[in-house]
Amino acid sequence: MKGIPISALLGLFVTGLFFLAAILAPWIAPYGLGQIVGDIWEPSSSQFWLGTDNLGRDLLTRMIYGGQTTIFVASAATAVSFTLGSVLGFTAAVYGGLTDQIMSRINDLVMSIPTLIFALVVLSVMPVTIPVLILVMGLLDSTRVFRLSRAVAVDINVMDFVEAARLRGEGQRWVIFREILPNALSPLVAELGLRFIFAILFISTLSFLGIGIQPPETDWGGIVKENREGIVYGIPAALIPAVAIVTLSISVNLVADWALNRTTSLKGGRGG
Amino acid sequence: MHPIPKLVIQRLALGLLLLFAASVMIFVGTMILPGDVAQAVLGQNATPEALANMRASLGLDQPAVTRYFTWLSSALQGDLGTALSNGRDIASSIAGRLQNTLFLAAVAACISVPLAIFLGLLAVRYRDRWPDKLISAITLTSISLPEFLLGYVIMYLFSVQWGLFPSVSNINDGMSFLQKLNAVALPAMVLTLVVLAHMMRMTRAAILNVMQSAYIETAELKGLRRFTLIARHAMPNAIAPIVNVVMINLAYLVVGVVVIEVVFVYPGMGQYLVDHVAKRDVPVVQACGLIFATIYIGLNLLADLISILSNPRLRHPK
Repeated sequence: MKGIPISALLGLFVTGLFFLAAILAPWIAPYGLGQIVGDIWEPSSSQFWLGTDNLGRDLLTRMIYGGQTTIFVASAATAVSFTLGSVLGFTAAVYGGLTDQIMSRINDLVMSIPTLIFALVVLSVMPVTIPVLILVMGLLDSTRVFRLSRAVAVDINVMDFVEAARLRGEGQRWVIFREILPNALSPLVAELGLRFIFAILFISTLSFLGIGIQPPETDWGGIVKENREGIVYGIPAALIPAVAIVTLSISVNLVADWALNRTTSLKGGRGG
Repeated sequence: MHPIPKLVIQRLALGLLLLFAASVMIFVGTMILPGDVAQAVLGQNATPEALANMRASLGLDQPAVTRYFTWLSSALQGDLGTALSNGRDIASSIAGRLQNTLFLAAVAACISVPLAIFLGLLAVRYRDRWPDKLISAITLTSISLPEFLLGYVIMYLFSVQWGLFPSVSNINDGMSFLQKLNAVALPAMVLTLVVLAHMMRMTRAAILNVMQSAYIETAELKGLRRFTLIARHAMPNAIAPIVNVVMINLAYLVVGVVVIEVVFVYPGMGQYLVDHVAKRDVPVVQACGLIFATIYIGLNLLADLISILSNPRLRHPK
C-alpha cells in the first residue's frame, strides 16, 4: 500500500467513515428512526447535533439511517450493473461477429432513452420496493458498464496470451474469467467509483421524486423531500443531505482518480 | 453520389428506426410487471369484476401487438389518449406544459452555451493558473450534487437569504416576457450549472487538443495575442466536438428539467410526468416518456448531423 497520494488516502478515510456509519447505524444513532424527540425544525443544539426535522425527529439519526439505506441500495445496484454489464460486455467482445452486433445494438437502443425517463416509465407500473429499485437501477446502469467493458475486452482479446490460451484448448468461459477479467480489472475498478456515485445521485433523485424509498424507511433524497417546505422559511434542514452527498462523492472520486492514474501508469509496463 | 446527402439520409433513417424502437421499449417497459395496468391502478384488493371492466375499457383484452400499433398510430395523429386518473385528454393537458418546459430549457440553453464556450476559452488561455483551477473546482462541485439539491441550495441562497428571485416559479399566459424570465430565473440558473461543467470541460479539452498542432505554433511565432490565437485559430477546428457536446447537453437539459420542475413547482411536462408516475397513470407516463425520448433522440440526431456537416473532409471530397 506504499505510494498512495494523500488525496487518495483522505478519500479512502472519508469513504470508510461513511460506510462504517452505515454499517453501525443502529448502534451509533442517538435516537430511534421514527422517534419524535422534540419540536419541529429545532435548530442544532448539544441534544440534537443537526437539529430536528419536519415532525420533530432527530436529524442526525435520520441522516445516519438514511445513509445506510442510500449506501446499501447504491452498492447493491452497482454490484448488479457491474456483474451483468461486465460479463455481457466480455461475452460480446470474445464471441464477436453477430453476437456482438446484436448485443451492442440492443445496448445502444436502451441507452437512447434517457435513464431517468425510462426508470420513471418502468416504476409507474412496478411495485416500488427496495429489490425492484436495485434491479431497475442496476439494469439501466449496466448499459454503461457493458460499453466500457466491451471496449476494454476487445483490446485484450487480440493479445498473444489470449491466443495462447485458445490454442491450449481453453473454452470461452476460461478466456472470459481467467484471461480477460484479471486484465480488465483496473479500468473497471476506476469506473466502479463513478458508477457508485451515479447510483447515489440516482436513488436520491428517485426518492426525492417520491418513487424511491418509501416511508417509514428513509434515505438522503427522502430527507430532502420531507424537509423541503422548511427552505422557504429559511430552515436549512433539507440542505444537510447535500453536504453528505457532496462529501461522499468527492471522496469516492479522489479514490477513483487514483485508481485511474494507477491504471494508465500500468500501461507502460508491469514492473512497478 | 456526394457523400454528404448520403450520410445525412442514412443518419435520418437510423434516427427514425431508433425512435420506433424506443417507442416499443417504452410500451414494453410498462408491461414487464407481474400483473397488468388494471391491477396496478386498482391495487391488490380489487374484485375480479372491477378488474375485468377496467381491462375492457383500456382495451387490455386485445393482444399486445394490436394495442401497441393502435397506441402508436393514434399518438402519431396527435391523439395521446385520456388520463386514467382524471379522464382528461392528455394531448390538451400536455400542450401548454410542453411549451413551458421548452421555454425553460431554451432560457437555460441561451445562458449556458455561450457561457460554457467562453469559460472554456478562458480556461485554455490561463491554463493551469488560478482562473483555470477555479473554474474547474466550481464546475466539479456542481456536478457532484444531484440537480434537485443544487436547486434547493440555490433557492435557499438567492430566494430565501438574499430575496432576489421568487422561490416558486409560477408562470401563466398573462405574464409579459420579462415577468416570465424573472419567474424562471432560478430554475434556469440551476439547469445552467448542471450542464455548464460538462460543456466547459469538453470545450477546454477540444481546444487543448487543437493547440498541439503545428499551425498553432506558427501563429504563436507570428506574435498573435494568446486570446486571438485561441479564438480565431484554435476554436474553428474544435467546433465539431464542441457542437456535439452542446447538443448532448441540450438533450440532457430536457431531461434534467423533469427534476427541476418538481423543485420549483414549475407547471411543465416534468412535473406532469412525475405526478402521474406516483398515480400509476400509465397512458400519461407513456405519452410523456415518448415525447421526452423523441426530443432526446432528435437532439442527438441533430448533433450527429452537425458534426457530419462541419467536417471539411466530408464537405470537399477528393
